[in-house]
Amino acid sequence: MTARTQASSYNFAYLDEQTKRMIRRAILKAIAIPGYQVPFASREMPMPYGWGTGGVQVTAAILGPDDVLKVIDQGADDTTNAVSIRKFFERVADVETTTRTVDATIIQTRHRIPETPLREGQVLVYQVPIPEPLRFLEPRETETRKMHALEEYGLMHVKLYEDIARNGHIATTYAYPVKVEGRYVMDPSPTPKFDNPKMHMSEALQLFGAGREKRIYALPPHTEVVSLDFEDHPFEVQRFDKPCALCGGGQVYLDEVVLDDRGGRMFVCSDTDHCESRRAEGLRGELLGEVAQ
Amino acid sequence: MIAAAAKIENLDRSSEALPLLSVRSLTRTYGTRIGCADVSFDIWPGEVLAIVGESGSGKTTLLNCISTRLEPTSGTISYRMRDGEMRDLYQLGEAERRHLLRTDWGFVHQNPADGLRMTVSAGANVGERLMAVGQRHYGRLRATATDWLGRVEIDAGRIDDQPRAFSGGMRQRLQIARNLVTAPRLVFMDEPTGGLDVSVQARLLDLLRGLVNDLGLAVIIVTHDLAVARLLSHRMLVMKDGRVVEHGLTDRLLDDPQAPYTQLLVSSILQV
Repeated sequence: MTARTQASSYNFAYLDEQTKRMIRRAILKAIAIPGYQVPFASREMPMPYGWGTGGVQVTAAILGPDDVLKVIDQGADDTTNAVSIRKFFERVADVETTTRTVDATIIQTRHRIPETPLREGQVLVYQVPIPEPLRFLEPRETETRKMHALEEYGLMHVKLYEDIARNGHIATTYAYPVKVEGRYVMDPSPTPKFDNPKMHMSEALQLFGAGREKRIYALPPHTEVVSLDFEDHPFEVQRFDKPCALCGGGQVYLDEVVLDDRGGRMFVCSDTDHCESRRAEGLRGELLGEVAQ
Repeated sequence: MIAAAAKIENLDRSSEALPLLSVRSLTRTYGTRIGCADVSFDIWPGEVLAIVGESGSGKTTLLNCISTRLEPTSGTISYRMRDGEMRDLYQLGEAERRHLLRTDWGFVHQNPADGLRMTVSAGANVGERLMAVGQRHYGRLRATATDWLGRVEIDAGRIDDQPRAFSGGMRQRLQIARNLVTAPRLVFMDEPTGGLDVSVQARLLDLLRGLVNDLGLAVIIVTHDLAVARLLSHRMLVMKDGRVVEHGLTDRLLDDPQAPYTQLLVSSILQV
């Protein structure tokens, strides 16, 4: 039996059409109110909460037979989560999949934005564990919804103030809060703050799905996304001392990889597709014998 | 004596204008039970009003109604906004009401843990209201916090400590600083000295008296402690079973109580 016939008892892209309609309605509302968390009737998916049930439902609702799907987990195409979600959609929707950012029409991501700038027509789907940026400051959901409604965001700065008071600088490095179109404060999901500037005025549509928390929110293309900060402690992204050890790329987000038990380590691109494309062009980092750029 | 005369003169002058807060036939019932009934009074800028009475007499219900934390069953409460206009508090939108609560008003709870964020530092506790109204400069926020900690006699070195590490008296003083940082015009206090030992109470009262005078605050203070009322307030309301039984200047009321219940209350003060 082929994978196709095995999966024939499933509707296209796993979810039934009514559910997809419900999710699309939530997505449309989310696009109409950038940064606002729209509640939706999240379904049980064949994976545990925390593995991207929200992102998978959003992807399933917008996926068409002609789409080309890419799935990344912390920037990589070859990690468990990315591989299994890609296989899942190959099986239940029979869509083409790719690891190349430029070829994809839909990119589902866990905690990274690809280094290659996204273009018009592409959709980036984020897996979100906790959509509420105020959650750890104000545990009552009734109260946080009211705070969003009345635009009471002083508390968000209390957190940043605490960061500076304790560490001398804003020590939040991921899930760094942003303000969308001067209105809603939004959690960009636990992406490194390095990726925050990429959200600003992006040409691609960005959708966020939180399965356990039953929320969808969105950033339509060309949306203003500003990272919160203080006048005397402005927002800054992480900087790396060295370029990627494999492709020699700079201005990218790097992962630290331990090489041996004697303190040897290298820094490589977290975005595997970006790294591979550069190497295919003949560029080399220090570990592969540097080639002049 | 001269100071008192000056104060009365001050009150006279501002009384030509509208009161700061005006309460008319305020009633709050819990089903058939009465929380408070038919309470009316005015408060002028810079005036301290004490609401006294035994436990269960409706003091806290009244305070919560006035401070928009509890909706009254009937009656009106109007407040003179910063633009000089009298507005009915329960006709305001929620956004406006909450804005009022964290800028023009303060609320000092009996238990400081209710009014403070126990898991963020003292500096952030003081700065929160300023950040809420748009202050976005860390250095200035910190300078203001340091200044206010000094004014409430908390060592500036404790600015990065959490209130969890503070004693009861310090927490209460921090709560006061947190409320006063936006220069409110009206502050509500619910038994601010409750649960503190007498020497700490005395220092806190001293501090409060100083701040109220310096900043020209109007204060509505709920207390069962007549000594606190005598020290702080200009006028008093005595409540019993949800109703006001007597109302007048503090000194007159305590030295020459008219209502039988007030006489009982005054004569019940322990003489040491």
